[in-house]
Amino acid sequence: MKTPFLTGLVLAALAFQPAARAASLLDGYADAARAADAGFAGFSAGRGRALFAATPGTGKPDTPSCTTCHTADPRAAGRTRAGKAIAPMALSVSPDRYADPAKVEKWFRRNCNSVLGRACTAREKGDFIRFMATQ
Amino acid sequence: MHPNAFRLAAALLVAGAAPAAADDRYSPVSDPVTAKECGACHMAFQPQMLPGRSWTALMGGLDRHFGEDASLDDATRDHITAYLTDHAADAGWWSGKFMRGVDDSRTPLRITDTPYWIREHMEEVPARAWTDPRVGSKANCLACHPRANRGDYDDD
Ligand code: HEC
Repeated sequence: MKTPFLTGLVLAALAFQPAARAASLLDGYADAARAADAGFAGFSAGRGRALFAATPGTGKPDTPSCTTCHTADPRAAGRTRAGKAIAPMALSVSPDRYADPAKVEKWFRRNCNSVLGRACTAREKGDFIRFMATQ
Repeated sequence: MHPNAFRLAAALLVAGAAPAAADDRYSPVSDPVTAKECGACHMAFQPQMLPGRSWTALMGGLDRHFGEDASLDDATRDHITAYLTDHAADAGWWSGKFMRGVDDSRTPLRITDTPYWIREHMEEVPARAWTDPRVGSKANCLACHPRANRGDYDDD
């Protein structure tokens, strides 16, 4: 009787770990990506890296790339255009990231519009987080 | 003289002798939503630094915020707009310093475009300070005013 109760407690504690929350966010993006494209075959850290480093030229002139603010090194601290430090994006260095869906969605909305001039797709969002999880 | 009255007079004299000491102080941002959201990209500037109409204009164009999309959901935006306009430079019965030289026809969108800010910085600050990589931007108050977050600019 005791063991399932304890297991339940441990599982509940795990569910509140940032990394576990990042994983459940990814599950949501995977569902959305599959709904948009039946051929969706999972997220790719490589595509995420390409999105992060790209200079698409379709966004606002002051923000040509994600790396404008986050720097080219995901493990390094970034800087806003107003000079404020941004904690690194790599999950290994900033384990609290990608845990709050409303926060993540707010920044994808803003930053994809600033850099790409459009919203990111669910697949792009998942690729980006998958890439940051490998860093 | 009554000793208490003497002490008060002495205090007034001291205050009078150092008029600049407590001059550049502003109430810090007291609303946690404003502090968090504005403070995500830059120091949350004190609302007393722009007229209410400037805050309304800024908050109405967050998707084009000085070259960036800084949009918020409507409820958060309205909450912050109310806080900023309630505490703006012209919100009280007596206009704040940042209204100096701002006539009714002007709606400055940058604090650094107000005549008061310009006067306070242009004479004292050498041009090389603005190009110093540790400063990076005129919006980076904290680079030179380490207590600016608390509304204290009395360090120059
Ligand atoms: C203009 C500067 C800027 C640019 C350009 C930028 N970002 Fe960011 N980004 C920020 C800031 C500031 C934050 C908030 C940082 C924090 O919470 O510490 C942030 C946060 C994020 C977050 C939320 C992370 C979390 O903690 O959950 C994501 C996701 C993100 N950015 C993705 C991107 C992507 C993708 C791009 C390129 C398409 C990009 N950013 C470009 C400034 C920028």
